[in-house]
Amino acid sequence: MPESHPDLSKVRLHVVTGKGGTGKTTAAAAAATALARQGRRVLLAEVEGRQGISQTFDVAPLGHTETRILHHRAGGELWAMSVDAKDSLFDYLQKFYKAGRTRAILERFGAVDFATTIAPGVRDVLLIGKIYEAVGRRAKNGQAVYDAVVLDAPPTGRVVRFLNVNAEVADVAKVGPIRSQADSITRMLRSHTTAVHVVTLLEEMPVQETVDALGELRRAGLPVGAIVVNQVREPLLSDKAMRSVTAARTARLAERVAADLAAVGVRGSEEVAAGLIADGAQHADRVELEREQEAILATQGRLTVRLPWLPEGTEGGGISLLADAAAGQGLV
Amino acid sequence: MAPPSDSQVLDLARLLEDPQTRIIVCCGAGGVGKTTTAAALGVWAAEHGRRAVVLTIDPARRLAQSLGLTELDNIPRPVAGIDTTAGGSLDAMMLDMKRTFDEVVEQHAAPDKAAQILANPFYQAVSSSFAGTQEYMAMEKLGQLRTEAARDGRWDLIVVDTPPSRSALDFLDAPKRLGSFLDGRFIRLLAAPAKAGGRAGLKVLNVGVGVVTSTLSKVLGGQLLQDVQTFVAALDTMFGGFRERADQTYALLKDSETAFVVVAAPERDALREASYFAGRLDEEEMPLAGLVVNRIQRVAAPSLSAARAVAAADELADRDGSASGATTQALLRLHATLAETAVRQQRLTAGFAAGHPGIPMVEVPASAQDIHDLAGLREVASALTTREPAALRR
Repeated sequence: MPESHPDLSKVRLHVVTGKGGTGKTTAAAAAATALARQGRRVLLAEVEGRQGISQTFDVAPLGHTETRILHHRAGGELWAMSVDAKDSLFDYLQKFYKAGRTRAILERFGAVDFATTIAPGVRDVLLIGKIYEAVGRRAKNGQAVYDAVVLDAPPTGRVVRFLNVNAEVADVAKVGPIRSQADSITRMLRSHTTAVHVVTLLEEMPVQETVDALGELRRAGLPVGAIVVNQVREPLLSDKAMRSVTAARTARLAERVAADLAAVGVRGSEEVAAGLIADGAQHADRVELEREQEAILATQGRLTVRLPWLPEGTEGGGISLLADAAAGQGLV
Repeated sequence: MAPPSDSQVLDLARLLEDPQTRIIVCCGAGGVGKTTTAAALGVWAAEHGRRAVVLTIDPARRLAQSLGLTELDNIPRPVAGIDTTAGGSLDAMMLDMKRTFDEVVEQHAAPDKAAQILANPFYQAVSSSFAGTQEYMAMEKLGQLRTEAARDGRWDLIVVDTPPSRSALDFLDAPKRLGSFLDGRFIRLLAAPAKAGGRAGLKVLNVGVGVVTSTLSKVLGGQLLQDVQTFVAALDTMFGGFRERADQTYALLKDSETAFVVVAAPERDALREASYFAGRLDEEEMPLAGLVVNRIQRVAAPSLSAARAVAAADELADRDGSASGATTQALLRLHATLAETAVRQQRLTAGFAAGHPGIPMVEVPASAQDIHDLAGLREVASALTTREPAALRR
């Protein structure tokens, strides 16, 4: 299935989106770390000023300047930045018009605020424009500066509008520099060197949003990468145990469990047994719901990458575990 | 750790029953259950005699259906299935930001000007895609509902969900940002470049104006700049109106009839955002009622610690006794995992409480299923309005 399982190793721009709260930043951090561990030079960028990356890696807050946050023995490097629309505007003006020094005047007149917050679409063109520049940047010897760029993108609700810069500026800028910049960005985003990954949890709302987002991405002509299922927990009960705790009558089971508990000296064994069975039944319900959600995701026919749930969160090496899982399943 | 005293429990029942409470704003990070919380508060209030309206921004489809919201049409409609015996009622609506913006224009500009603005391509783009329009229009809609409530008494309580913003605070800043842009120096410069530069003499400023317009025209293109200028000229009569509305909404949010409810999940990031939010509300002198922590893990056998459960399971494994032994072991290990999660969450929420003394909290247990009907919302509401300290329910 070439369409559903594209060769993600050729991808140079990984765009990571997902419903709020599903762990977009964590997944993006895992993908970037995995690439660095493979010896690549990677840029991990966020565009909403949330400082999610610096919190995930426990480093000082990031700015518009690319900062190295990790060096791997294999020679890989992880660089990170929080792309700022204003700074991107000045980068752009400097690069194309050598006009970076007009900053003070532009700021004084409120023109910068206008271009970066009010003018429709311009902000997004500037933010993605910076990513586009980083992907295409070459060193003096002609080699790409970054082997790959991972973008911690806006959530599913906004991501297609964000990536669809061309359509966004089409209404207001039919010709002109913003338009031609948007055209080049769109060419890159629609090519096979870009993949948009959607992060989800095995819950109804995030899965529904994932399915909706995949459809929207396809309609917008954007290359869909993998579905990343985050916080995957393996069932803690066997199917047989789940059947017995959810059976209509659990009185006999309760007696047996209570007897087992009493045998190992657990106090209040009857009450505890009832509690354990109640929690077991709830767990079984959740596992069933998760399986339903997994079946829905399977119908999408995409590569599905499962990242394990980390009881202690991403602190203390958690990201490395997730990076291994991501690389092992072909995300990068 | 001492159990929290009663004063630290967020008493939402009292808040909802208090006729002085006219507006409740639910805010927090994305994915923590803001919309569900807003809807549940609306249902409870209506069934306890309030005439409530819930303004949702971008509800999940099935939650919207549970409120009878099938289309995004900007009109509050009665929610079917609400128990109105206490004399209350519940309406719900979804925000249509473009339509709300159009209404603002129509309200504030003369008919011919309004038509001109609505037809302008720049306006059309701003009203449907400006980052911040949604936030601005949510607050605008809140203002409209409040005015309507005061005029005809249709509602005595407005519950508003905030947009899933880049930052949870955007809705506080967007009105000011748009307001200050619309009557700022830049827009006047665009509207009448000659005037802004002054007559002769102010050479520096004139140079400035030239740089600004030529740079903008380079970046945006001449056509866009022209559209903007037409838009601004048409909008000229509305400057005062916009500014005034933004100020009014801001004042409304600071009023004692308003209560902010910050919603979070018992996770590091969500609580960090809640903490930031609490600080910001404090800074703005906005009335924070308290914190709702959703998705709290509860265990049904609280007397058994995680460590004891693991030890018991290990011992059972050694004995290799009854046929039910395997199931009992698995249930004990499941219990240990759940109990550990509960303890970790307790540590996180206790950390928040210690860092923010005086902010009352209420916890809502995690449910195995998503909420998508009134029965589910009532269940959430009953957890939200319980008045017992969380420690007693563990």
